[in-house]
Amino acid sequence: MNIQNDQIGLGGIQFFGKMAASISHEIKNVLAIINENAGLLEDICFMAERGKPIDPARLKKLSGSVKDQIRRADHIMTMMNRFAHSVDEASVSIDVSEITQILVSLSARFVAMRGVVLEVVKPAGSLAITTFPFGLLNLLWLCLDYAMAVVGPGKAIELLAEKTADGARFRFGRLEHMEAGAVPPFPTERETALSQTLYAQILRDPAAREVRVLVAQRRDA
Amino acid sequence: MTEKVLIVDDEKGFLDVLAERMQSRGMEVTTATSAKEALQKMEAQTFDAIVLDLMMPEMGGIEALQHIKEKNPDSEVILLTGQPSVSKGVEAMKLGASDFLIKPADINELTEKIKLAKAHRMILVEKKTAKKVKDILKTKGW
Repeated sequence: MNIQNDQIGLGGIQFFGKMAASISHEIKNVLAIINENAGLLEDICFMAERGKPIDPARLKKLSGSVKDQIRRADHIMTMMNRFAHSVDEASVSIDVSEITQILVSLSARFVAMRGVVLEVVKPAGSLAITTFPFGLLNLLWLCLDYAMAVVGPGKAIELLAEKTADGARFRFGRLEHMEAGAVPPFPTERETALSQTLYAQILRDPAAREVRVLVAQRRDA
Repeated sequence: MTEKVLIVDDEKGFLDVLAERMQSRGMEVTTATSAKEALQKMEAQTFDAIVLDLMMPEMGGIEALQHIKEKNPDSEVILLTGQPSVSKGVEAMKLGASDFLIKPADINELTEKIKLAKAHRMILVEKKTAKKVKDILKTKGW
């Protein structure tokens, strides 16, 4: 393994760790809400044993809240599972919508923490690319992370995926202040090395206020 | 005497139910879904304990803790969070957090920590009051 591959490998592990930590935090939040609802049920039973009548509407609300959290946890775990399997094959055909959905789900908490709104424009029709899904997710996350640093809190980022002659193009748009001094350098060696292994190209376009990632179909499978 | 508690968490579903359960245990509970809202509520009244989430949008728990301690150094802050890193936990304790609990937490444990926080705060306030009285007596020479 050469130095470039080492960098990509370490960066990949760091990305995986960051996402896993965020997912575990989200699951802990879900468990905390279920735990409090179960505790409230116990409190209600305790009071009922002492003669206070039970209000069925209250129980219905509690049950609805638990169901909401189970749906939330199910979605988180489904995305976690797809993310975990994104390392399975170095070259596989995957729908761009699916990659985008995983990215949006994984980054939801980070987006919320930064006070940014991520607006996703779905591609017209199905669009499949042959690529290394984990590597592409890592690259798109690095672009999103940069985009969030550029726009700052309270602003929206548009994410759009579209077909190209030889693959797909992801556009992170509405990036105001791309030339501002406080913006971190981009792309760094890390993004450049990663894009090379994916046969991808990163284009930073301040005039269009966007970052574009062009991903070519892999033909080395 | 009832404990006056401020709970700060961006998970409204968690906040509302925890508040209801603590109220049924005789506490006077105020809630805030952001650190900014919590700081505003601290302007209007004092609390025996502040239960603070570490991971919140806009202003995180660590930054909120710094602001709380700047505003009122005697504040008793109990951190209640999902899955903290060791470094964050250490940083929070260095900044003056009184205690730490990991979600999902046991309400009896949390209640106990709030009572302890209140007792600690009362001792601090009493000490400060005694010092003030002593200083006045010294300077006025009555």
